[in-house]
Amino acid sequence: MWYYEKKLQYPVKVTECNPMLAKFLIEQYGGADGELSAALRYLNQRYTIPDKVIGLLTDIGTEEFAHLEMIATMVYKLTKDASPEQMKAAGLGAHYASHERALYYENAGGSPWTATYITAKGDPIADLYEDIAAEEKARATYQWIINLSDDPDLNDSLKFLREREIIHSLRFQEAVEILKEERDSKKIY
Amino acid sequence: MSTNFKYWEPYISPFDPCPPIRVKVYSTPPNLYMTFQPTGMRQYKTAKEALQHGTLWPELFSPYPDSPKRGELDG
Repeated sequence: MWYYEKKLQYPVKVTECNPMLAKFLIEQYGGADGELSAALRYLNQRYTIPDKVIGLLTDIGTEEFAHLEMIATMVYKLTKDASPEQMKAAGLGAHYASHERALYYENAGGSPWTATYITAKGDPIADLYEDIAAEEKARATYQWIINLSDDPDLNDSLKFLREREIIHSLRFQEAVEILKEERDSKKIY
Repeated sequence: MSTNFKYWEPYISPFDPCPPIRVKVYSTPPNLYMTFQPTGMRQYKTAKEALQHGTLWPELFSPYPDSPKRGELDG
């Protein structure tokens, strides 16, 4: 089970109303390498992975939900007071027609989130390599969004999230090393 | 040399509905332990043997499945 803390993992501040930036950011909300995919991927893999790395998947999967909440806050702030005309000009006309200003799990191109974004192979090495690749892809996505954004406050939060991807990737690589360890040769001292 | 399989014992609940598989197995093939293949590695003696194994180098061969003595079958 989970306990909820009613605050963001890292503060989110948005300088200006910019619905087009929201359209790009939604990639990290409901895109293939976004935070929703990450959280669901890791939390689902926990059940069939060796017990030494279950805790890591729980911790990182939980943190991804905290990231999802930050992205949601950004998207909400960027669009909450936008006029229908502004939404249309930002390329969100189709989104507005279907969802008004509601958030939706979709990628930057407007395709809805799908479970095909995540895998669960059941092979611990294959699953962890998938996780490492997902973290690197999410890091790259943050980079491309930072390149597209000229909002300094928002970029501050995005740089925090990009750094977390780097740390998570390392933790998953450490998990692979743990699963590679030869149990018999571990008795060193 | 690295082992091709690792074993772990999942938690067994007294309320598990199916008879437990006490030891689970997963593959750790040799490529995991070789970041970059060194030159001059020992090769199979004949081309036929290499073809049958799918690689020129015995050190890179990964058997599958595991011997039935260990792993999921013996419980």
